[in-house]
Order: sequence, then structure tokens, then C-alpha cells
Amino acid sequence: MSDYGFSTLSVHAGASPDPATGARATPIYQTTSYVFDSADHAAALFNLQTFGNIYTRIGNPTQAVLEERMAALEGGTAALAVASGHAAQMIIAHALMETGDDFVAARQLYGGSVNQFAHSFKKFGWTVHWADATDPESFRKALTPKTKAIFIESIANPGGIITDIRAVAGIAREAGIPLIVDNTLATPYLIRPFEHGADVVVHSMTKFLGGHGNSIGGVIIDGGSFNWSASRKFPTLSEPCASYHGMRLHETFGNMAFAIACRVLGLRDLGPAISPFNAFMILTGIETLPLRMARHCDNALKVAKWLKEHAAVDWVSYAGLADDPNYNRHRTYCPKGAGAVFTFGVKGGYDAGIALVDRVKLFSHLANVGDTRSLIIHPASTTHRQLSPEQLKAAGAGPEVVRLSIGIEDADDIIADLDQALRD
Amino acid sequence: MSSPLTYSEDYIAGILRSVKTIAMVGASANQIRPSWFAMKYLQEKGFRIIPVNPAAKEEEILGEKVYASLADIPVPVDMVDIFRSSEAAGEIIDEVIRLKEKLCASVVWMQLTVINHEAAARAEAAGFKVVMDRCPKIEYGRLCGDIGFMGVNRRIIDNKRKPLGAGRGALSRNALGQGKGQL
Ligand SMILES: Cc1ncc(COP(=O)(O)O)c(C=O)c1O
Repeated sequence: MSDYGFSTLSVHAGASPDPATGARATPIYQTTSYVFDSADHAAALFNLQTFGNIYTRIGNPTQAVLEERMAALEGGTAALAVASGHAAQMIIAHALMETGDDFVAARQLYGGSVNQFAHSFKKFGWTVHWADATDPESFRKALTPKTKAIFIESIANPGGIITDIRAVAGIAREAGIPLIVDNTLATPYLIRPFEHGADVVVHSMTKFLGGHGNSIGGVIIDGGSFNWSASRKFPTLSEPCASYHGMRLHETFGNMAFAIACRVLGLRDLGPAISPFNAFMILTGIETLPLRMARHCDNALKVAKWLKEHAAVDWVSYAGLADDPNYNRHRTYCPKGAGAVFTFGVKGGYDAGIALVDRVKLFSHLANVGDTRSLIIHPASTTHRQLSPEQLKAAGAGPEVVRLSIGIEDADDIIADLDQALRD
Repeated sequence: MSSPLTYSEDYIAGILRSVKTIAMVGASANQIRPSWFAMKYLQEKGFRIIPVNPAAKEEEILGEKVYASLADIPVPVDMVDIFRSSEAAGEIIDEVIRLKEKLCASVVWMQLTVINHEAAARAEAAGFKVVMDRCPKIEYGRLCGDIGFMGVNRRIIDNKRKPLGAGRGALSRNALGQGKGQL
């Protein structure tokens, strides 16, 4: 299949006609459970000795098509879809870390991830050390003997930083730990992190993958490249597993062991399963991912160029602009486009930012990105308001900052709306 | 981390389609060992598995007599599947090479996490097809569609409706990898 193109995989990977009915669209298997053929079959399923469905908290056929499609689009070995992007991050951390361990994450992350890592993970005894996404060496400096992973966003939300994935991957490799890349804002259409040395990719599918602003979901994709048994740092993968009669997951499942561990331990025990309906909605969205992403990126570039010339605008931070500090990394990592989420600074600071979001008529003022619709938000007063002023600045969300997620409407209409809203 | 080994779909499917009898070195009667359930799964798919394990206390595993060494196997085998450490694989492969005529084997397969590049090169030089760091159960499950339940990237695109029940146990071996879209 490796010779099929990205658009073909977006439509087809993982899906085949339903064996029961011949239905060509993937059915929504709205069931909690699946019958066993015999006691023997049930035992083999529970012992992970054979493949099959047991219970929808662990897997569902609609979800499985979505998982396979995402594994194919990212070029990984296997995937696990879960209830949200945050659930995916939680399950990854649960597979990699024991109480007392730590990980290094870029400071420039989606604000919700900053909260999750700094506060909620602390309750599990997992400590985050922050590094600077624009300075790969800062990741090396933050490593400790207890560090179990490095976490970055390929395109950082909302700062628009494009991370030098290869440089950070090199540091992770030398340290013998996996590089986890949140590829939400890029999607595999723009960046395929495994090609640059990532070991695990995670997405909030709530954004461009689903693409229509109608379903929450997350996914973990296993790159199959990491040797979990090379050290004793990852006992969940390399050591006998008490809840599976002493099975060693890496030895048993090889280059898809991470995805399987996330399913049969994290998802099984923590429980954030994706609903079959949401899996179906996101799967349908992915069919048009390449078409939408091309349009999102085209529109975003037009809007960014236009804003840059506007008298009420102080600055525009979009990697697609030739004088942007991220422009070269955009050409290296995502030449097809710099994404559709970016920030700009309005003259007049906090108050001007709030005024702008009140005046738009086409843009929706809401806390999401990656919708067909154009979206606007003032992070300092909304998504990022839990952060301290220093954290706000570090996350690229100062008082004057407005974040746009450019939709797939006509670019002229998007620009006209901003034009009327920026006039006082 | 370690650069992943890559094998073409045709190579793996070709091996699984041509092989019928497999000597499984390091086979175990312990039901939580991967070798036990790989053996069980492959038997269900129509392969004959001959267990080899000098330390096994059992006379039989899953209905097949256990042999202490490859040299003791009285019938021809098509493939030797190695469930031992990467280091131990070296000696086993040298024995397979020595016994090439007697065993009639043409494939040396090393299980997940078993990687021995030097021994693999010796086997290839002796005319064997070699696979490392893979499981024939997983590869078979991936190619015939069973494993789709686990979100695995099977690298297959499929436009045909499978017969009912085909997802589990019932797929005929010649359905394996007839080429793109044909599975
Ligand atoms: C980059 C990024 N990662 C993770 C998340 C969290 O995903 P979810 O909202 O699906 O839990 C988001 C959501 O905004 C995001 O933008």
C-alpha cells in the first residue's frame, strides 16, 4: 500500500465493504459488546492471544477503521483512537511514566496541555520540565536521569512556531527516550513527524482531522521505531505485565507494542473510549482532509498577507510570510503550507483585542481551531487565562494577541469581515 | 531509535503463502508465552508447527511432538522460526545452515526483538530468505485482515466484500496478498 498517495489513503485506508451488509460507507457499530464464539475464544481474546472485539471501551470496529486510517496517513505501525486529544496525552504519559518520573516538554504548547502537564500530571507524580521550542539545545539541558520522553508540537498552538523536529529527535535519540509529537495543527497532510525522527505522534482529532467542529476525539500513533527493551526505563513495555499473567508487551507485539500497551492498559483501565459515532464523524471528515487543508492554508496565507499591511495591526506571526522567523522551517518541514492557525497583535492591546472579537460577523468567537468555519479568539481573556503573565508571553499569548483559525470560506469574505471589524 | 527493518509486503506475503511446515525453536507449553499462542494461531490457519525445545518437559505442545534439536526432526520443514535471544539465534542459524539439505528449509524467521545481522547475512549467503524482528502470527493477521481490530496499519486497500466470518479463522491461505486491492 505504501505506493498509494496521501489523498487515496485519506479516503480508503482501513475501510472495506461491510462483510455483513456490503455497506460501502463504514457503519457505526453502536454496540457495547461482542459475542464470543466459545469459552476458548473468550479466554484467548482476554489473554491477548488472538485478535478480535471484546468490549467498546477497548475497541470498536468503527473506531478501528479510524485508527488504521490515521496509522496509514502518518506512516506508523498502529494507532489508538480515544475520547479526546487530552485523553490521548494522558494515556501516553501513563504508558511511559512511573510515579517520580519526569518528561521534557516545549513551553510553547496549547494552553490546555500546559495545564494538564503542570497541574494534573503532578497529581500522578509525573513532573514536567519546560524547554524552549525555538532552541533544541534547551531540551538537552532539561533532561534528568528520570526523564522518560520529550514532548513537542510540530506547529505550536497558538504561537505558530514550527519546531525543528529533527534536531529535537536527535537529542531524544541520544538520551534513549522517545520523542512524542503533537501534530494536531499540521495534520499529516502538512508534516509527517515519523519522517523526521518522532517515535509517537498524538493528535487532537477535534481540529483539522475531523475538520467540521462537530466531534471531540484524540489519537495516538505508534511509529514502531523505538526499542522499548533497550533499557529498563520503560517497564510497562519491557517487563512482565501483572494484569496479563506476566506477558511482556514489547516482546509480544514488537513494533506496535506502544499502541497496544496504550489500548490494553491505559484505555482499558483509565477508560476514555471514543464513541463509535464520533469515530464515524471524524472518519468522514478525514476523507476530505487534503482538500480542506490545501484551502485552509491558501486562505490563511492570503489573510495573513492582508493583515500585515493593515494600519490597525501591529504584527502578524505566520510562518508562511517570507520575513517570519519560522519561514525557513516552514519551507523545510511543511512546504505545502504553514497551517491555518496564526496570531497577530492588534494595536491597542487587551481592550482592542476584546473589541475585535465582539465586532466580527462571519468569524465565530469560540475556543477551538480547525473548523471549516473561520474562528477567532483572544487567548489572554479565554483559553490561556489560567496562565501567569510570564507563561502567557512564553506561550505566545500576550494581551494584544488575537488568534485566528482560518476556515474554507471565500478568502475575500474572510478578509472583508476582518476589515469591517478592525475599523472603529 | 534503532532504524526499523523494512520488508516489502510481497516478500512477507510470499513467504507466508509458500510455507506449510514450520519448525519453531524455543516453542513453549506455557500459555502466556508468545510462542505458545503464535503456534496456536498458525495451526488454526492451517500451518503445521513442529516445536523444538531441549528444555521442554512436555512430550507434546498443542498436539505436536517436541524435538530436542532441529537435527532430530524427521520430516522436511519449510521454515525455521526462532523464539530465542538475538545472541542465541546466531548458533541456531548456523545449525540451520548445516542442516539445509536435511531440513529442506528455505526461510529463517526471527521473532519480534530478535535481531542478529551477522547471522542473517550468513543465512542469506547460504540461500535462505531471512526475516528479523517480526512475528508470523502478526504478519499473517495483518495481511489477512484479522488484526484490523487492533488499529494496525495493514497497508492494504480493499474494495471487495469479504465472505461472512472471514475476519476470523476462516480465511483461506491462498487469499494472502494476491496483490494490491485483491486481498
Ligand atoms: C495542539 C493541541 N493539542 C491538544 C489539544 C487537546 O485536544 P482535545 O480538545 O481534543 O482534548 C488541543 C485542543 O485545542 C490542541 O489544539
